[in-house]
Formats: sequence, structure tokens, C-alpha cells
Amino acid sequence: MWRLLSLFWVYLAQYLKARMAYRYDFLVQGLTDVVWQLVNLVFILVVFTHVPTLGGWSRDEILFIYGYFLVPYGIFACLFNLWDFQERYILRGEIDRVLTRPIHSLAQVCLENLDPEALFGVVTGLIIMGYAGYRLGLDLTWYDPLVFLLLVVGSVLVYAGIYVAIAAIGFFADAKTGIAPMVWNLQNYGRYPVDIYNRLIRIVLTWILPFAYVGLYPSSYFLGRETYYVYAAATPVVGAVVFALGLWAWNAGVRRYRGVGS
Amino acid sequence: MRSPERNPWWWCRPAAGLARMWTALRPYVEWVRLRFLLMLAYRVNYYSGIAVYTINIGAYYFLWKALYQGETTLGGLTATQMTTYVAVAWMARSFYFNNVDREMAQEIREGRVAVELIRPYNYLVVKAMQALGEGLFRLCFFSVPGMVLVSFLLPVDLPESPHTWGLFALSLLLSFVINTQLNLLTGLMAFFLLNNEGLMYAKRVVVDLFSGLILPLSLFPEWARAILVLLPFQAISYLPTMIVTGAWTTAQIEQALLVQLVWSLLLVVPIRALWVLARRKLVVQGG
Repeated sequence: MWRLLSLFWVYLAQYLKARMAYRYDFLVQGLTDVVWQLVNLVFILVVFTHVPTLGGWSRDEILFIYGYFLVPYGIFACLFNLWDFQERYILRGEIDRVLTRPIHSLAQVCLENLDPEALFGVVTGLIIMGYAGYRLGLDLTWYDPLVFLLLVVGSVLVYAGIYVAIAAIGFFADAKTGIAPMVWNLQNYGRYPVDIYNRLIRIVLTWILPFAYVGLYPSSYFLGRETYYVYAAATPVVGAVVFALGLWAWNAGVRRYRGVGS
Repeated sequence: MRSPERNPWWWCRPAAGLARMWTALRPYVEWVRLRFLLMLAYRVNYYSGIAVYTINIGAYYFLWKALYQGETTLGGLTATQMTTYVAVAWMARSFYFNNVDREMAQEIREGRVAVELIRPYNYLVVKAMQALGEGLFRLCFFSVPGMVLVSFLLPVDLPESPHTWGLFALSLLLSFVINTQLNLLTGLMAFFLLNNEGLMYAKRVVVDLFSGLILPLSLFPEWARAILVLLPFQAISYLPTMIVTGAWTTAQIEQALLVQLVWSLLLVVPIRALWVLARRKLVVQGG
């Protein structure tokens, strides 16, 4: 674990050195993410000038959930930048090089693709949470920051598990499957209260592709929504289980991998 | 004797003018066909696209359903009209949306644009025609089946009169023209900027928000609406979609079509200007 952490710093420093040669690009990349997050924010702000509540949730509560939603996503997107894994590593055969490296292949792939620009989203998320929390007059106890960290780690693991499993499909399929964009769009369901969806979608978001654990459920703990406390408490466990499944799929893929010639 | 084509007043006679325009555009129609066939060859990519759009439409459907609790209308639309708005707006997006700006930026960066410039056609018209081929492909294999799928899943209320559909078709065509013109403009900026990735992305997000795709313009606060009606973006999504929802009177529809027509003509000016400047400025290295 310590070795991974030191490697992480080395790769990060290397990445930043390369990136700072093109500072403008770095800034643009970071800002484009922020712009997209602002669009969603505008949606919430505008809609709530017309209605008092969204399925029994106030504007500031919805904002708080959205703010929380951005934090684990930013951390996940920085660490697990696997979007074009299949194309780069399987179809072009770069995975062969990765498999000869002394650390776990998933760790190696993630380290090579660190995306620190995504961390801009964490900052936006914290600002939105801070604003909404202040307006709601939430009081924090001394252990709440620790709970927050624990829940965020759980949410990051949920994302990581799902997308690692999807990347692992790349070991089995010959061509692009188009599953990742579908799941990416589905995850946006997690930033609103699940009680607005129908039963089927609620079940999917809680048990199958558990995106309710990256936004709504953990935020419920801070918002004092006691109906969801059990789910909030389960977030780290769900994260651990989903990540274990993702890792298992990845390892199965690596075992099955036979190369793509030349 | 002067041939009729040389008559400087040809544009005063609409029939002759149209015939002349057709003769000029005729060879370009081939580009529409070619792009359509190219898309047909890679159609598998599009099945997941339909799913993505359905997921997005579903997300907004549930959001609006919850928002309408205790309200009869929001921004002049009933709940059913809003569901129709969301579904039609997204499915129309798959028709007018294209990546012409991205393609142009790539061709300019890689210097391939030099070859395009010496060919005996107008590069920008070719790009627009390719976009049309792509749009028509998505209309046939994406928007229409997607709309059928969505109308089974969600309570949408589509108009029955062919007249409304005709007006919508005209409006949609104009929204394609305006969106493509904006794409040509951002694409042309690649001649002047070393990296226009950020600009293209910003344009995409701005179009999604200010065109009314995510939020109908009638919901925006008064001051924002006053600005947005002066911009071309509303002509891309809000105006055509409102025609289908049935929330508008005939006079409003006619005005919307007029606004679209004016924008599609106005936007020709900056495109021509940038095009002239760009050709003067172009430096191709090596090759």
C-alpha cells in the first residue's frame, strides 16, 4: 500500500510537470468540467424559483445532495480514468507492457492515466455543500468530518467497482460495447432523491448499479433524513463489496487475456 | 447576348433564382448521400445511443413529474406537455447535433485542410452537407425509433394534425441550419486559436443550456429570458420543440419560424467574414 502511495506521488509529479508545459490546456480542461457542473446547478436554481419542493425535499437539500455527489465523482475520475481503456490498452496492445510491470495491472493502468483536473469538481462540490449546509443551518459534531471521509471513500469505491468491471469487459469483447456511456448517464439519477423514481429504478439504483450510494444515501446522514440512515451507514460496505466484484472481474479478464497479435 | 445566368437581377425572379441555386448545390448533394452511407456502415454504435437518450429523457421525466406535484402549469406548460417537450427536445437534438467543429479543427490542426482548399468546391458547404447526411441518418435510425420507444414508455402527447408536423419539420430543418452554422463558426476558430477544444466544449454546453434543451426558456427568470431571446440559441431547441407541445398559438408559431429564418440568414455574415480572414491567415507547415 505504501509503495502504491509513493508511486502515486511520483506519477502525479511527472504528470503535473508535463501538464504545466501547457498551462492553458490544463486550465481549459478544468474549467470545462466546472461549466458542466454549473449547468446542472442552474437547472436546480431555476426550477426552484417555480416550485417550493421536489418530492418533499427543499432547494437547499437538493443542492446539498448535488454538492456531495460531485465530491466522490471528482476523486474517482482523478484516480480511475478508464474511459478509453479498451481502445488504448486492449485494441492497441499496450496492456502487454502493463502486465510485465511489478505492481498490480489495474494500479499500473490507473497510475498512468491520473487525471488531476477532475479534482476541480471536488472543490465545486465542497463549495455547494458548504453553501447549502450553511443555509440549512446544519450543525456538525466533532466526528462528522470523519464520517464524511468514510462515506466519500465508500462512494468512490462504488464508482470504481462499477467502472472497473465495465473496463474489464474490454478483455472479453472484441469491439466497443457502448455500455460505459449508458452507465455514465444512469449515474446522474443518483443526485436526486430516489423516491421520485418508480420502483424498478429505485431497486436498480440501490441493489444493482448502486448509484444511490454516491449521492442521496450518504447525504441523508448529514440532512438528518432518518429513513435513509441504514442506507447511509451501509455506504462503505456497499462500496467495498462493489469494488471487490469489480476487481474480481478485472482479474478474471487479465487471466483470460491472450493478446491481440503483433 | 448575355446568358440569363449572367443577369445581375436574377435574384429578383425567385423561380430562376431557386433553379440557379439548385444547379449550384446539385454536386454537393452527393456528400449527403456519402455520409449517410458511411454512418450506415457503423450503425452498431447507435443502438447504445438510443439507450443513452432514453435514460436522459427518463431522468428529466421523473424530475418534472415530482416537480409538478401541486402545480398545474410551469412556464406555461402542463405536465404532459412538459414530458412531450423533454422527449421531443432530446430526440430532435440527435438530428441537429453534429461534430462538424471537431472535424474541422482536426483537419486544420493536421494540415489536411490545405488539400481541401485546392479542391474545386466550397469547403464549408461540403462540411455542412456531411453534417446533413449524418443528421438524416440519425433522424431515420435514431430519432424516429427512439421517439416510438419513448412514446410507449412515457405519457407523451404528440399532435395529430399533419399541418403541425409540417411546421415542426420546417422548424427542425432551420434549427439544424443554425446549429450547423454555429458549429462552422467554432470550427473556423481553429484557424486563429492553437487550441479551440475549450471553446468547442463551452459552445456545446452553452447550446444545451441556452437553447432550452435542459430547461424551456419560459421557465428562466424575466431578466435572463430578455437576454436569451436576443441570442440565436433558442432557435435550436426551444422554438421547434414548443411547436410540437401544442402550447403555442398560430401567431406564436409563425413568429418563431420568422426568428429562425432571420438567424439562419444573419449567421451567414460572420461565417463568410471568418472564412475570408482564415484563408488569408492560414499557414500549413510541411506536408
